Amino acid sequence: MISFSEIETTVKRATRSVGFSWGISEEVGKNIRLLEMFGLPGVKNINKYFKIYNGEKFENINLFSKSNISKKHYCPIIAGVNFFDQSSAISDLNYLEISNLAFPLLFIPFVSRTSEILGKRIFLKIDNKEFLFNFNQSIYSNYLSGEIVEKSEKINLQFIENKNSFSESEWSELYKISENTFVEETEESKQKAAGAGLTDND
Amino acid sequence: MNVQLRDPKNLMKLSKLGSFHQSKLSFLRSFLNEFKDWEYKRDLFELNDKGHGRAVYSFSKKNKIYSLVCFANEISDEERSDRVIATKWDAAFALYDGVPSKEDLERLALNVPKQEIGRLSYKELTLSRANKSVRIFNHVVDNLSKGIQPDTELLSKVGYLYRTTAVYGSGKFGLADRFRIKNREEIYGPFRLEMMLVYLVRQFTFDQVNHMAKRKNPNIAIELDLNICRNLGIGNSTGLGMAPFIVNHPILLNNWILAREIALKKIREIEKTSKEKLNIFKNCLVKSLKNVANWNTDSDFQNNKIKQLNEDLEKFIKFLNEEFSFENTFAFNKIYVWAEENVGDECIEYIVSMMMEPYDEIVNPLINKMSSEEDDHFNIPVNRTIEELRNILEKNYSDILKIDFKKKENNQNFWFISKNKEEPRMGNRYEIDGSNLEQPLAIARDIKKLYETIFTQKNSLKIGRFLTNNNHLRHVVRRAFITEKFPYAEIQDNTIGSKLMPIDMLRLKLSFFGAIKFDPRSDKWLRICMFQGAPLPSDLKSFDNHWIYNSLN
Repeated sequence: MISFSEIETTVKRATRSVGFSWGISEEVGKNIRLLEMFGLPGVKNINKYFKIYNGEKFENINLFSKSNISKKHYCPIIAGVNFFDQSSAISDLNYLEISNLAFPLLFIPFVSRTSEILGKRIFLKIDNKEFLFNFNQSIYSNYLSGEIVEKSEKINLQFIENKNSFSESEWSELYKISENTFVEETEESKQKAAGAGLTDND
Repeated sequence: MNVQLRDPKNLMKLSKLGSFHQSKLSFLRSFLNEFKDWEYKRDLFELNDKGHGRAVYSFSKKNKIYSLVCFANEISDEERSDRVIATKWDAAFALYDGVPSKEDLERLALNVPKQEIGRLSYKELTLSRANKSVRIFNHVVDNLSKGIQPDTELLSKVGYLYRTTAVYGSGKFGLADRFRIKNREEIYGPFRLEMMLVYLVRQFTFDQVNHMAKRKNPNIAIELDLNICRNLGIGNSTGLGMAPFIVNHPILLNNWILAREIALKKIREIEKTSKEKLNIFKNCLVKSLKNVANWNTDSDFQNNKIKQLNEDLEKFIKFLNEEFSFENTFAFNKIYVWAEENVGDECIEYIVSMMMEPYDEIVNPLINKMSSEEDDHFNIPVNRTIEELRNILEKNYSDILKIDFKKKENNQNFWFISKNKEEPRMGNRYEIDGSNLEQPLAIARDIKKLYETIFTQKNSLKIGRFLTNNNHLRHVVRRAFITEKFPYAEIQDNTIGSKLMPIDMLRLKLSFFGAIKFDPRSDKWLRICMFQGAPLPSDLKSFDNHWIYNSLN
C-alpha cells in the first residue's frame, strides 16, 4: 500500500513537473492526500488531469464573481488556489456558480480547507453530485462511485450560515434529560457546598 | 534577572548550527529515558555459522509491543558500500508495530533486504540497513573464537561493529504514516522509533559476533565483555539526503532549537547554584574531554575545529579553576558571558550542552515539545497585508536581504533530486545540467526575490490578492509567515552560495540525534557514532543519565 506521505510527495513533484510553481505544488500535494484520506479518488483524478494538462488549453479563474462562465474548461488547480486565496471576499457573495470546470474533484480540497478557515459549512453541487463540507473535518456526499470526473457543466457553491440543525424545543427536551445528572439542592448544600462567601457586602 | 533568548539572526547561521553538540535534549538520550522501564526481549535468533539469518528483538509494556526484525545476509566485499546508491547490505532491519506473525516475517524477508525497492506496510514503523566495519568485526569474531577479548585500542579507533547508511520512517516506502502513531505518549519526542531501531541493532551486532565466535570454536569461544559492548555504539554514514530535511521542516527545526534556547535561558537565570549541580557540571565536563580527545577524523576542516575546541576547553577549565567562583550569583550566566567573549562557537555550544547536564527539571519538560505539527501552519494567512509581510521580511531576514544574488558565487549551487536513487544532491549550476529542475531549497534567494517584488506593491494589498499574480513566490510567502510565529524556523544563510558547507546542516541534525565523533569525509558526507557508552538493554532499569561521558574510549 502506498502511504499518504508518499502520495503527498509524489503529487507535489508531479504538479511541479507539469509546470505549476513549487508553492502551488505544495498545496496540491496536501490536497490529494486530503482527498485520499476522505476516501475520494484524488490520485486517479490528478493522474488523468496531468496526462492531458499540457495538451489542452485550460482557462484560469483569477478573480471570482457570482457567475464564472467560460467556453473552455477552467483549470481546477488555479481555480482552487484562487478560491482559497480570495475566500473571505468570496464568502460575502454567499453563492456562486462555475460553468465548465475540468476535473472538479481536484477543486474539492480547496473548498474543504476554506470551510475550516472561514468556520462555515459549504455546500457544493457538481452537476448531480452533492457535497457538504464540514470545516475540513468531514465531507458528506452522495458521490460514492470513486470514479474519475473529467468535466462538470455546472457547479453551484453555497456558504452556509452557522445555525443549529435542530429546533429550540428539541434542544430543551435534550437539556431536560441532561438535568437528571444534577443533585437537588437543600438548605444545607446551599450553605456549605458552593464554596463562595454567603455575602458579598463585606 | 531576565535573560533574552539568543538572537536567531546569529544563532541560525550555518557555521554556528554546525558547531552544535549532543546534549541532554538529544533524541537517543531521551529515548533511553522513556523506554528504561519497558521489557526487553530477544524473541528469535536463527543465524547460521556465518551469522546469516534472522532475529527479532522487542520492547514491551502492558499491551504495547515494538519488535525489531533483523535480516543478516551474505554479501561480497565488492558489494559493500556505505553510499546510498548501494543495493545490498550486510544486514537490514524493520521495526514492526506489535508482534510479527510468521506471514509477516516471510513478507518482510522478501522486502526489507531490498530497502528502497521493497514495499513495507502500515504495520512497519521504521526501516534501515547497515554494513559491517569489516576489519573490526572480523577481529572481534576471531579473538572471541580464540577465547580472548578484542584489542580495545583498535575498537576505540572505530567505536562500532556496524554502521547504518540510512534510517527511514514516516511513511517512506509504505511504512506507517506519522498520523497513525503520533498520539502515542511514548513517542512524543522526535525520531524516537528511529532511535529504538538503532539501539536494538546495536544489541544485534553484539549477539551476532558472540554467535559466530561460538559456532567457529564452540569449546574455547567466549562472549564479548559487557564493558567493551557498552563502549561500542552504532556508526552511521550520512550524506546530503539529510540536509534538505531541516529546510523542509521549519517548525520542527524551530522546536528543536527553541527547546535548547529555553533551557539555556532558564539555566542562565538561576541565581544560586547548588554544590550538587555544580559537581554534576564539572564531572560531566571533565569526563567529556575523553570524547574530544578520541574524536578522530582525517578532515582538515573538522581537525581545525577540534584543535580550536581543545584549546578553548583548556582555556575554559583554567578559567573555572583559577578565576571563577561558583559562589557567584548567576554563575552559569557569568560562564556563558565569559564563553561568548573568550572562545569560539564549537566551545560555546559545547559549554551550553554541558550546562544542561545538572538540570533534569529544566530539560525534561522541554523534550516533549520538540515534535511539530507542520500541517497546522501550512495555510497562508491570505487576509494579511503586504505591509505586514514586508515588516516580517525586514525583521526576520535582514541579513539575507543584504545578499547580492546577481553575484555568481552567491548563486552557484542548486539542489536537485537524483533520478536513480531519488535522493537530494547539490551541484554547480554553471557546470552541470538540471538547474531547471531545482528544488525549492534556495530560500534566501527566493525571499530576496519576494522582497523585491513586494517593494512596488501597495501596503494595503491583501496577500491572497497578491498571490493571484505571484504564485511563483507562494512557497516563500508561506515560510515568511511561519517565521513570524517560529523565530528559529529558518536558516539565516545562503544555502546555494559557493561557501556553503552542507555538512553544517548534517551536523546540526545529527547533534540533536545525539551523535558524537563527527567525522566529515568531504564537505558533503560524514560518519558519526551513536549510543557509544550507552547502557545495554539489561542495564536499562538503572543507569547513569550521564552515560555518554562514561565511554572508556
